[in-house]
Amino acid sequence: MTAARPEARPALAGRARMSPRRRAQLSRRIQYVVLVAVVIVLAVTADWGRIGEAFFNKVAFQNIAPDLPGATLNTVVYTFAAFAVGLSLGTLLALMKLSSVRVWRILATGYVEFFRGIPALLVVLAFGYAIPTAFEVRFDSVILQIALALGAVSGAYVAETLRAGIQAVPKGQIEAARSLGMSSGATLRRVVIPQAFRIVLPPLTNEMVLLLKDTSLVFALGLGTAEFELTKVGRSALSQAGGGLTSIIAIGLVYLLLTIPLSSLTRWLERTTGYKGHA
Amino acid sequence: MSTPTPGPVVEIAGLHKSFGEREVLRGIDLTVRQGEVVCIIGASGSGKSTLLRCINLLEQPTAGTIHVLGTEVTDPDVDIDRVRTHVGMVFQQFNLFPHRSVLENCTLAQRQVLHRSTAEAEAVAMKNLEHVGLADRANSAPGQLSGGQQQRVAIARALSMDPALMLFDEPTSALDPELVGEVLAVMRTLAEEGMTMLVVTHEMIFAREVGDRVIFLDDGVILEEGPPDQVLGAPREERTQAFLRRVLDPTHIDPT
Repeated sequence: MTAARPEARPALAGRARMSPRRRAQLSRRIQYVVLVAVVIVLAVTADWGRIGEAFFNKVAFQNIAPDLPGATLNTVVYTFAAFAVGLSLGTLLALMKLSSVRVWRILATGYVEFFRGIPALLVVLAFGYAIPTAFEVRFDSVILQIALALGAVSGAYVAETLRAGIQAVPKGQIEAARSLGMSSGATLRRVVIPQAFRIVLPPLTNEMVLLLKDTSLVFALGLGTAEFELTKVGRSALSQAGGGLTSIIAIGLVYLLLTIPLSSLTRWLERTTGYKGHA
Repeated sequence: MSTPTPGPVVEIAGLHKSFGEREVLRGIDLTVRQGEVVCIIGASGSGKSTLLRCINLLEQPTAGTIHVLGTEVTDPDVDIDRVRTHVGMVFQQFNLFPHRSVLENCTLAQRQVLHRSTAEAEAVAMKNLEHVGLADRANSAPGQLSGGQQQRVAIARALSMDPALMLFDEPTSALDPELVGEVLAVMRTLAEEGMTMLVVTHEMIFAREVGDRVIFLDDGVILEEGPPDQVLGAPREERTQAFLRRVLDPTHIDPT
């Protein structure tokens, strides 16, 4: 090869193509045009009068509004009660899964597989009807009943989350603590769990959001009006005449008001826990 | 805290360690006297770290006996936590507790294990942080320190338990070259103060200048041992010579 001049390179000399930057720009413009078109079509074809009537009906909203604070409180109470049960049970199961005693590991694995594999509604029904019959116990409070039922399910998920979090703490951390003479219990409490906590915080929040929504299953227990939570209130309002789906919209908004702050809470906890240091 | 023991600090006899089928240590006999600095060298996979980790039972020996400060740690019923409070360990990866400040790293075990008051633990910790030249970083988080500083904190953390023996597992291998010196300087001071030390290292100059004795470990056995000048300066064994050539002159490796 002698004197290879630029013209001798066909790849560069060929027909002028659009540059990658220009192509990406064009692609973005097309996507915006499609999006705007879809919005325009929806806005034009929708019957706004009827939508206002059926979804944002003022009268229907005024009917349901007085029930919302109580229902919200019930939802929150059910959630926290179930989460308390789920977290305690999950911690126990996670420690069982990490135990050196084989029987504990087998039992915990069996539990997790069972409760992860069946719908939560079945468990709620079991606590409503099957367990009272089988063990001749009567649950006086709906809170206790729903906390045990949903907590039993949630415990299975929490157990897996915690186990993964504990195992994600580097082995060197445990070795460092043990080589300082700390017992395995002190190592777990002072070194492993504080670090695992930060790791499991986002998935645990997720679990809490799922629980919050699962509290709607409480209807299967048969409730007095004072025990209604959000979904039950919304469904009852739905069966009353007029207002269409307004109650569902209202309930949905309340759920969002509860769940969205939870995500910010997680971010805040992640930021503020753990030592940042100064100077 | 630690009472000086009349006998040897570490006494290892017939130590074997296997990981499954693989036998990593194949009959180690080693005695370390009070105040001695013993450097363990050898190729990777020769069992150096495993030997060190058997001494405080981070690895459970397969066979043989180990006595540390007069206590047999290979006894199945040994209270290993008690023995470990007298044996400091420094790891290649520092292993500082990231969720605690530098000071808390040094006080946690003092308070948990030795049940010292917060004030006493902090006084001891500050004394040792000063010793490694990091008293001014007591309130920093470990993540804010350089590798060399972190390793010095790890040394201060171990020293805060007033150990009678210090184990160093390749303390400078994870450090940038320019940070190795500050850690070795701390270790040298420690040796000069009479601390009994077992050091797994690739720093031949440190072994030569600070070590009282050098042990060359090869394929799970002690192939050669003696004063640094002899083992490093005039090794008898061919494999020791080959190893030292590879370490001291790494650009002229014979590829076979």
